[in-house]
Amino acid sequence: MAETTAAPNAGQNTSRRVKFVITRQDTPETKPYTEEFDLPYRPGMNVISALMEIQRNPVNAEGGSTAPVCWESNCLEEVCGACSMVINGKPRQACSALVDQLEQPVRIAPMSTFPVVRDLVIDRSRMFNALKKVKAWIPIDGTYDLGAGPRMPEKKRQWAYELSKCMTCGVCLQACPNVNDKTDFIGPAALSQVRLFNAHPTGEMNADDRLDMLMEGSDGIEGCGNSQNCVRACPKGIPLTTSIAELNKQTTKRMFKRWFAQ
Amino acid sequence: MKGYYARKVHSLLGLIPISLFLIEHAITNFAAYEGGPEGFRDAVRLLNDLPLVFFLELFAIWLPLLFHGVYGLYIAYQAQPNLGHFKTERNWRFVMQRITGVIAFIFIIWHVYTTRFQITLGNTTHDELGGWMHNIVTQPGFFVFFLVGVIATTFHFANGVWAFFVSWGITVGPRAQRISSYICLGLFVVVTAMFLMSLFAFRSAEFADTASVITTTLHTMIG
Ligand code: HEM
Ligand code: SF4
Ligand code: FES
Repeated sequence: MAETTAAPNAGQNTSRRVKFVITRQDTPETKPYTEEFDLPYRPGMNVISALMEIQRNPVNAEGGSTAPVCWESNCLEEVCGACSMVINGKPRQACSALVDQLEQPVRIAPMSTFPVVRDLVIDRSRMFNALKKVKAWIPIDGTYDLGAGPRMPEKKRQWAYELSKCMTCGVCLQACPNVNDKTDFIGPAALSQVRLFNAHPTGEMNADDRLDMLMEGSDGIEGCGNSQNCVRACPKGIPLTTSIAELNKQTTKRMFKRWFAQ
Repeated sequence: MKGYYARKVHSLLGLIPISLFLIEHAITNFAAYEGGPEGFRDAVRLLNDLPLVFFLELFAIWLPLLFHGVYGLYIAYQAQPNLGHFKTERNWRFVMQRITGVIAFIFIIWHVYTTRFQITLGNTTHDELGGWMHNIVTQPGFFVFFLVGVIATTFHFANGVWAFFVSWGITVGPRAQRISSYICLGLFVVVTAMFLMSLFAFRSAEFADTASVITTTLHTMIG
């Protein structure tokens, strides 16, 4: 698809240039500022290859030499989540953001819902802490062999597999109007993982512990305000709002159970 | 009070009793459209003949509204709207739920002060409310404020009922939430229409007769 639109310009590749406006920040404490870059166009280039070009030749649009822009990336195929940033206003993965499909100038900024370490590098620790908090794992270790676990019905496995695609990229937290400095909301990703691990036949044994974690403190499931931006933004198509509503049901039941059955 | 349980109380009170009261309020007012001054007076009398009406008002209206309203302001304050980058219908509704909540908060305080509180002060009576309302809504500024306040409140109510079903895990999947959206849209249209029809009824000449007597009092009260 991209090739056909790019083809008519193929002859003038050498002259065609792409403008980038990048929000930079030198240290976690200093103020962010923007810097413009004017890069040679290459067919099929994406935002990561553009950043690599700046790394090779760290010169800004005014021709001044500058520090190369810092970013993070690993897989380069939208499965690790490391390269998430805000591209033309939308949080997404830089490695799958093809320049041919982006409006220009391409505006790039860090996902500032998270602490910015430097330039486009952010600290996603809160997401991993959230997974720890809700015990997003299946406990199978014991002092003796616990034996084989129960099997999972195929139908359930199919939808659970979709939830397991989460790469903790943070896009859904950046998209959420209720994840910010004024709230402690844990965010959609960890909530959906609770649904995943509560659906697992072995993980189910700790279902109540996970639900309790969503009902105590000030960072629980109540932080959701139904803007439903998360489900629109998730690059993995994870049905986050279905997970959240399902957990609303599970926590409501848990609340009544705690009141009347104990 | 913070956290899960505070939010659950906020959510429950939004539906029971506040939304139920709003529907009741729409039905009572509709008597002004259907039955004119007599019909409206009878509808108001019917309510005030309820047993323990003071406690009903206190526990079914004032206290729930106070908690829901104040906590609602706090929830609204916590949001960081991003409509600029996510122009979806649901995100619009998220933002509007908060804006209309704040408008409803201001509107309800003003509305209660100019009606129910004036009865407490002895400036009007339950039986004279129809004429009293006529004098308020025939002033263009107040009428516009009424229109804005009513529509904001009914939007907040209808979208709130939709959110309630999500908050309690009743509508879980996208299809259920879509169908519930249509039902709540219907609710919005019907309740808004009822309120607007009664507002226009209060403006009619019918209600003016009872009004002339109290005009002077009202003018000294609310300008
Ligand atoms: C006529 C009066 C009102 C009615 C009928 C009403 C009704 C409702 C209902 C049914 C909900 C849904 C609860 C849920 O999300 O589970 C709600 C939510 C909400 N209400 Fe009200 N409300 C009223 C007044 C107010 C006022 C005065 C405020 C003050 C700002 C307010 C702020 C909010 C907020 C911020 C929410 C959103 C909760 C969320 O979606 O996360 N409400 N309301
Ligand atoms: S749920 Fe989707 S958007 Fe959120 S962290 Fe996981 S993959 Fe990223
Ligand atoms: S580098 Fe792994 S998702 Fe982009």
